[in-house]
Amino acid sequence: MGSDWQILLLTLRTALLAILLILPFGLGLGWLLARRDFPGKSLVETLVALPLVMPPVATGLLLLKFFGRRSPVGAFLYERLGFDVVFTWRGVVAAMAVMSLPLLVRGARHAFESVSPRLEQVALTLGAGWPRIFFSITLPLAARGILGGLLLAFARALGEFGATILVAGNIPGRTTTLSVAIYQHVQLGEDAAAFRLLAISVAVAFAAVFLAEIFFRRGGGGRE
Amino acid sequence: MKLVCRDLGLQLPRYRFEIDGVFEARVVAICGPSGAGKTTLLELVAGLRRPQSGRIELDGEVLADAGQKIFLPPAERRLGYVPQDLALFPHLDVEKNLLYGRGRARQDAHPLPEEVIRLLGLENLLRRRIGGLSGGEKQRVALGRALFSGPRLLLLDEPLTGLDPALRQRVLDYLRRVRDELEMPMLYVTHDAGDAALLADEVLWIEEGRLRARGQVAEMLEPDPTAFRLRAMP
Repeated sequence: MGSDWQILLLTLRTALLAILLILPFGLGLGWLLARRDFPGKSLVETLVALPLVMPPVATGLLLLKFFGRRSPVGAFLYERLGFDVVFTWRGVVAAMAVMSLPLLVRGARHAFESVSPRLEQVALTLGAGWPRIFFSITLPLAARGILGGLLLAFARALGEFGATILVAGNIPGRTTTLSVAIYQHVQLGEDAAAFRLLAISVAVAFAAVFLAEIFFRRGGGGRE
Repeated sequence: MKLVCRDLGLQLPRYRFEIDGVFEARVVAICGPSGAGKTTLLELVAGLRRPQSGRIELDGEVLADAGQKIFLPPAERRLGYVPQDLALFPHLDVEKNLLYGRGRARQDAHPLPEEVIRLLGLENLLRRRIGGLSGGEKQRVALGRALFSGPRLLLLDEPLTGLDPALRQRVLDYLRRVRDELEMPMLYVTHDAGDAALLADEVLWIEEGRLRARGQVAEMLEPDPTAFRLRAMP
């Protein structure tokens, strides 16, 4: 049982880090897609959505190549900053971040789109600059939708398996997340242990999605 | 107010908007059928759209000049803009809505907040949430919010449209008091020429982005208060 909690804690901690990491990108991209037209917008939309439809293992392979010591990025991180991403908890975070970013971007985009641009225009004529408008009008009115998207992204990160197993492997106490542990237990025929973790996964995921639904339902500010 | 639109041009989906004229009345109504470009003119003056050609001046100050690449941002134009949907900030209470634009106004900027609150009867609404206001209360708060920012000109988009007759009369009364007691110049859009005569000194008639006619309400010949004469534009 002790290791169950350890696994849960590791999973929660890495998932939390992952969504904190993607929060600024998710908000920025969501706002950009909701409010601006620019050349290459469709391309950005497609790239952002790609992790949703690609096999997670393929995304994991890309991440493995990207962060491996033989890649420029991986080499730079190892030689200059002195750490590895691959086969560490950072790899878990990276896999979770990439896989859950699309859900956050979608949530944020819909939340920003639900805020009437009229409100921002009026605020402009009242003398407010864009930073003030964003923080006093747009963000508060989009907050619930964004929080909903964040919770969905968190739930997605908790369940991440395919990319994680490739980038971070299965190192007990260091990279073994809930889904990786369930897989391992099933492989070893330890059904009781697998079902224990299954119950924990269902409970955590249920709570996250349930809360997200509540936020989405009460969201949609700005349009009366 | 003296509003100068010099060869003001903007390509719209169905036609090219092109207005040229000097408008000096205290209250100017922009009339015309829907889709005529009335709101576009208002948005050009407010700075929510950029002209592709021509120039806009207000009381001698250049707001926009496409040729000289001058564009005064809306935040610096000191105009009180009230869109048709009012666009009150739903997450702020009435007082915070009113104060949103006061920050940029000087302490003694005209009109004073107390004056606006008294004139529009907002005293008992200050702590209320926007969602709980009636239609007429929302109209007054939107008007108040624009006035709080100390504007030199009010821009109103269809302020009387969609209101039931009783409410219409009340809003009209408030607008007249703003015009007369605060001496606030106004530029307002309406698709109803009757509405225009009720409040404005001068009426502009716009169709497909062109100024087709204009006339002083005071030049009316008939005793019928909604009748006024428009001079056709060349």
